[in-house]
Amino acid sequence: MATLNDYLLISGLLFSIGLAGVVLRRNIIIVFMCLELMLSAANLTLVAFSRFNVADNGLPDPSGQMLVFFVITVAAAEVAVGLAIIVALYRARQTIHTDELVSLKG
Amino acid sequence: MSLLLFWLFATIMLIGAVAVIAFRNPVSSALAMVTSFVGLAALFIGLSAFFVGVIQILVYSGAIMVLFLFIIMLLDLKDEKRRSDSLAPLAAGLVLVAVFFIQLVGVLSHKLPYQTAPPLDKAVFAAAADGYKEGKDKVPTKISKSLESGQLPDIHLIGRTLFTEYNLPLQILGVLLLVSTVGVVTLSRKSAAND
Repeated sequence: MATLNDYLLISGLLFSIGLAGVVLRRNIIIVFMCLELMLSAANLTLVAFSRFNVADNGLPDPSGQMLVFFVITVAAAEVAVGLAIIVALYRARQTIHTDELVSLKG
Repeated sequence: MSLLLFWLFATIMLIGAVAVIAFRNPVSSALAMVTSFVGLAALFIGLSAFFVGVIQILVYSGAIMVLFLFIIMLLDLKDEKRRSDSLAPLAAGLVLVAVFFIQLVGVLSHKLPYQTAPPLDKAVFAAAADGYKEGKDKVPTKISKSLESGQLPDIHLIGRTLFTEYNLPLQILGVLLLVSTVGVVTLSRKSAAND
């Protein structure tokens, strides 16, 4: 059986990889994907906690999984809006490289 | 979940995540991310969170990734040019990530509570089943029946919690989805009018 530490370590690694992608990559779509990776890492911790710290009746605590459900739904809404912004940005500037997007008003 | 399967899926997930930031082609990155999320969904199912595992595959690997691929192809992105990145931001980024990870290892090197997963077997299910019977007469419900037959009614439990304890957040979430849909339409129309 994997212990809670294993799950936390794995999700911390996933979060670190996502953070590295956000900091290092210049393509705004990849940055966006890495944000999703970080959200998923948080989801993994939540589900692990819900399984390891069971509710009073001995079943996995559904409250942790509820938060994961809400996070996934909000992430879906966020992706839709974010990608619409990226498309609008690309129409205005013809680039999605963060190095070339340096002014607030074009 | 056996230790071997845990490390197998964890490795798939982490390799997929590294591939997302390593590939130059955005389409390859998006497909690497699907791999990563399938590994993650397997970990969820190993934690007996079947519903979360299924929506992880349906929503992330299905809907969100299709959206990403659609946008990548719509913008017709080519492979990224190799840029002569200055070393300072690269080093700063790696140091930031390394510091975060070292902190994490520092925390996890201590023994945390709840190390081993409590058992989820027929005895636990049978003991929990009584709490899900309705009324004074203890009328059996779907949840208590499937608990007594030795299965975890994961989706029924989540649905019950979602529509009782978390009903208000659920309604708010519906409004959020509506607002984001309207927002996306407005964003796309405005930029079309400006061209």
